[in-house]
Amino acid sequence: MKPKIAAQSGTFESSDVIFLIEPRPDNSGRKLEISSTVMQQFGASFNRIVIEMLDQYEMTDIHLIAKDKGALEPTIKARLETAIKRSLDQQEGTLK
Amino acid sequence: MKNFKKRRSMLYIPGNNPAMIQQGGIYGADSILLDLEDAVALNQKDAARTLVRNMIKVTNFYDAEVCVRVNHLSTPFGLADLEEIVPLQPSAIRYPKTESPEEVANLLKIIEKIEDRHGLPHNKMTLHAMIETAMGVQNVFNIASQFSRVDAITIGGQDLTADMNIIYTSDGAGIDFARKRIVMAAKASHIDVIDTVFPDVNDEEGLRKETEYAKKIGFTGKAVINPRQIEIIHEVFTPTEEEVRKAYRIVKEFRANSAAGIGVFAIDGKMIDAPVVARAEYILRLANVTVG
Repeated sequence: MKPKIAAQSGTFESSDVIFLIEPRPDNSGRKLEISSTVMQQFGASFNRIVIEMLDQYEMTDIHLIAKDKGALEPTIKARLETAIKRSLDQQEGTLK
Repeated sequence: MKNFKKRRSMLYIPGNNPAMIQQGGIYGADSILLDLEDAVALNQKDAARTLVRNMIKVTNFYDAEVCVRVNHLSTPFGLADLEEIVPLQPSAIRYPKTESPEEVANLLKIIEKIEDRHGLPHNKMTLHAMIETAMGVQNVFNIASQFSRVDAITIGGQDLTADMNIIYTSDGAGIDFARKRIVMAAKASHIDVIDTVFPDVNDEEGLRKETEYAKKIGFTGKAVINPRQIEIIHEVFTPTEEEVRKAYRIVKEFRANSAAGIGVFAIDGKMIDAPVVARAEYILRLANVTVG
């Protein structure tokens, strides 16, 4: 699936992460820009989580920017799920 | 008391704040309340719901009871909250602005449908009804007494004063009738009753005074909006050493007398009967003391 709209979720607060997602031209693949305050210790794990979730949602032609402030795995997954669903215009139970 | 749970303090944690959720268990509150309602902006309801769903699965809240306050079913968020949270079976769902027993019956029907879909029992997770409107205060006994899953009720002071179109004052004058009516409904239904928050986190004396008043009129515990408030609330609601010693003596002598076939007896010239023993047993449970 390809993002329909640009979307974001999360915050810049400590223990949180902010994701920004936007569509890319057809067949251009994924472009990931990930930065984290704990990149040296947990960068590989963060990248793995992001890629696994993008695979799970079959996301393609996507530009993803992540700014991490030391979020734990359940937070990373929650924020990315929210950003993906928002970008697919699949938000439920919220006001846009 | 149906199942004894210590509920001296109930700490509100905004559902969209990961740092506060992951640290929520370290402050020693008896209950943690993950809030999807008033603490979450209207355009972040989906984010908070997903975050709470993920965090609740893996976060260690130590001995605290974990409750989730969902949004009211009349909002676009309430049903989605239940769909995500009920399968996780927190200790309790807290339902805001409860106004009638019909509303609780409808809510329980929805919860049980979700539980059925996930093969979950109907008797594990309980329900806390928040009384925050004049109509809720009028109907509180029927809300508290008619459902085995409702094991606590609570007063929401800020929303209640808004509904009554009065200003919330630190002496609590405007909600005093509601407080007492809600306490009486809980006592008559043998369930817990939690007092509203004390909003000024810098006024420790005011917090102590209000908590002492809440204890005096029968509340089981008090809601907390800042971890700093927990210690004072626990000090007030935890029995003193003298109270525990006295309760221990009452229960011990009651058991000895019961074994000898004596129902009513005296300690230091004061009659001890079943209600006094029940009160003493409650104090011992609060103090984690068992009579050997």
